[in-house]
Amino acid sequence: MSGGVDSAVAAARAAEAGHDVTGVHLALSRNPSSYRTGARGCCTLEDARDARRAADVIGIPFYVWDMAEKFHAEVVQDFVDEYARGHTPNPCLRCNEKIKFAAVLDRAVALGFDAVCTGHHARLEPAPDGSGLIRLARSVDAAKDQSYVLAVLRPDQLERAMFPLGDTTKDQVRKEAADRGLGVAGKPDSHDVCFIADGDTRGFLRGQLGSAPGDVVDADGTVLGSHDGSYGFTVGQRKGLGIDRPAGDGRPRFVLSIEPVTRTVTVGPAEALDVLEIEARRPVWSGCRPPSGPVDCLVQLRAHGEVYPAVCVSDEDTVRISLRDPARGVAPGQAAVFYDGDAVLGSATISLAHRP
Amino acid sequence: MANVDAAGSSPLPDGRPAPGRPVYLDHAATTPMLPEALAAMTEELAQLGNPSSLHNPGRRARRVVEESRELIAEAYGARPSEVVFTSGGTEADNLAIKGLYWARRAAGPARRRVLAAATEHHAVLDSVRWLAEHEDAEADWLPVDARGVVSVSSLAEVIERDPSTVAVISVMWANNEVGTIQPIGELARLAAEYQIPFHSDAVQAAGQLPVSLAGTGATALTITAHKIGGPVGTGALLLAKGVEPVPVLHGGGQERDVRSGTLDVPAIRAFAVAVQAARERGAFEAKRIAALRDDLIAQVRTAVPDAVLNGAPPGPGRLPGNAHFSFPGCEGDALLMLLDARGIACSTGSACTAGVAQPSHVLLAMGADEARARGSLRFSLGHTSEQADVDALGAVIGEAVERARRAAR
Repeated sequence: MSGGVDSAVAAARAAEAGHDVTGVHLALSRNPSSYRTGARGCCTLEDARDARRAADVIGIPFYVWDMAEKFHAEVVQDFVDEYARGHTPNPCLRCNEKIKFAAVLDRAVALGFDAVCTGHHARLEPAPDGSGLIRLARSVDAAKDQSYVLAVLRPDQLERAMFPLGDTTKDQVRKEAADRGLGVAGKPDSHDVCFIADGDTRGFLRGQLGSAPGDVVDADGTVLGSHDGSYGFTVGQRKGLGIDRPAGDGRPRFVLSIEPVTRTVTVGPAEALDVLEIEARRPVWSGCRPPSGPVDCLVQLRAHGEVYPAVCVSDEDTVRISLRDPARGVAPGQAAVFYDGDAVLGSATISLAHRP
Repeated sequence: MANVDAAGSSPLPDGRPAPGRPVYLDHAATTPMLPEALAAMTEELAQLGNPSSLHNPGRRARRVVEESRELIAEAYGARPSEVVFTSGGTEADNLAIKGLYWARRAAGPARRRVLAAATEHHAVLDSVRWLAEHEDAEADWLPVDARGVVSVSSLAEVIERDPSTVAVISVMWANNEVGTIQPIGELARLAAEYQIPFHSDAVQAAGQLPVSLAGTGATALTITAHKIGGPVGTGALLLAKGVEPVPVLHGGGQERDVRSGTLDVPAIRAFAVAVQAARERGAFEAKRIAALRDDLIAQVRTAVPDAVLNGAPPGPGRLPGNAHFSFPGCEGDALLMLLDARGIACSTGSACTAGVAQPSHVLLAMGADEARARGSLRFSLGHTSEQADVDALGAVIGEAVERARRAAR
């Protein structure tokens, strides 16, 4: 229970359905300063109180579990390392993979619980292929769908997951929270990375990685400007490139690639961002048996991004994704999530993207 | 953190029903109000009068306060004028530490050292730290042995580094986590030889042991009502005659001009009633509770043979109601949760931040490693404890520890 409206309603529904529910709030930071930065993110004292009050109203026991060390090692450190590598990580996905449905789930199971129930907007349904798998599917609320950040979960993790909100829109969740007398009904959604309380990711990374100046160049290698850390950039980024001269043709420039060893950030026109072939690592197939041949599917390449028709060929470690139409701004480190309609087949981490 | 009522009615994660009667083994956190204290407080709440007022209702209220003051003074070896009412233990500790430090430093600028046991309650610990951070004090932490005892010789050694620079000394009478009782009389005597003010936080001791200001020669003792069967929110600093700490709270000049604020008459009356009742039960009750505690230790050891009893062995060196164990391979908070689900309320004994238990500074000071400090639980007994409470714990502790061990792997 993060202290937000979704987990509060999810807990209430689970309890009402007759499950023996215990509320758990995760303490993810030991640094007192991040406890005092107000109610943004999910690591604050105020959120812990909101979660506790929701548990009171629902009438379930409530505890705070200290996951600060694991969270720092598995999520925060990974976030910093990935940026240092020139990648663009998704910490929410990593938190689901390593904390909520791993460390928390394992501890809960050992303590005698059967499942972890969260307020994620996603559905679980039996796979139609007779595999007996429980597969993940998009929420009925397309705008709030979180299947992308859950697609990294393995079948054994999904088996012990419960998402009671998948059939409900966010507006309905808020209304239900108000009807249930939950004080968090009107609490704003959290958007930012929860461990960067002020929302300044570049500033956070500079604090972690220090200043590492380098050049901003165009595709020919012409130096256009400088930066104080290549970790401050994401492939596809347009703003904040630190270039004072406009391009010769007057068109906007975008980050095309990040080379952390030489600290070189290459920029260029939008069409240079188009890719057709993508390579992704560490595939997880949760909605179907690991495929032996090419799979026609839809692929989503970033959170809340659009989907592209594609053909995927997978072996144990790698998935080669051939897009039917080019996609723009594909950042290594993000997840490629494979869908069959609204259902998740699996996911992998993008490592390489090729131009047409 | 533990909600006894909710836990008592909640089924267990594995589906077994929880016992009907909540088993309360956390009397060191707070103990139920005695019926006579509750009755006195309820009656007094309906009465009118500010004890500082000069008219008849004011005099009536003042009379209640002064009668209560006399009862409390007599119970703890103090003169009535030596009882300074506060809002509880934390305020009394703050007043003693900060007030005595400021007063001593004002009288002699070289007196900047504050000596305190490494195992003090946070009310003392953090007051000393605050003085060090903001008021130019130098914190000298007195080491403890593996049982948690401050030795007279180690206090002497720390004083002797330069007696003229010591502002104040504070050593708790009995530890709130592990129940270790300090040689307060000897420590206070030593401080008196150097004419250094000596304060002791006697919050845990006051309900269970004979505690006396005159008997020890201490400068100041902290006591609080809710550990004795009185209400939460009232306590006292027993402050020797002639000692004038700099006030922390300024205002109307109540309580010897040391602690301003309108006195809480109903709570003070209930406090006195609880003190009186505790005194009447006295040694007999301490013996009864110690016997239950000894059985609790035996039952836990039978169920969990490798459980380690922290602190002093049962006997004169340990609070009669305290049992504190480390369970190797367990996280204390997991064990607490499992016991809570079985209707048993206990404590990890350490301070909480956003509900997260930190490894106990008390156990760390006693030489425990962090894993042992994290894997510990305090069971504390009090006036409502019965054999059934101990048996309930004995029946489930083995299985709970086994489960918590699986969760820690």
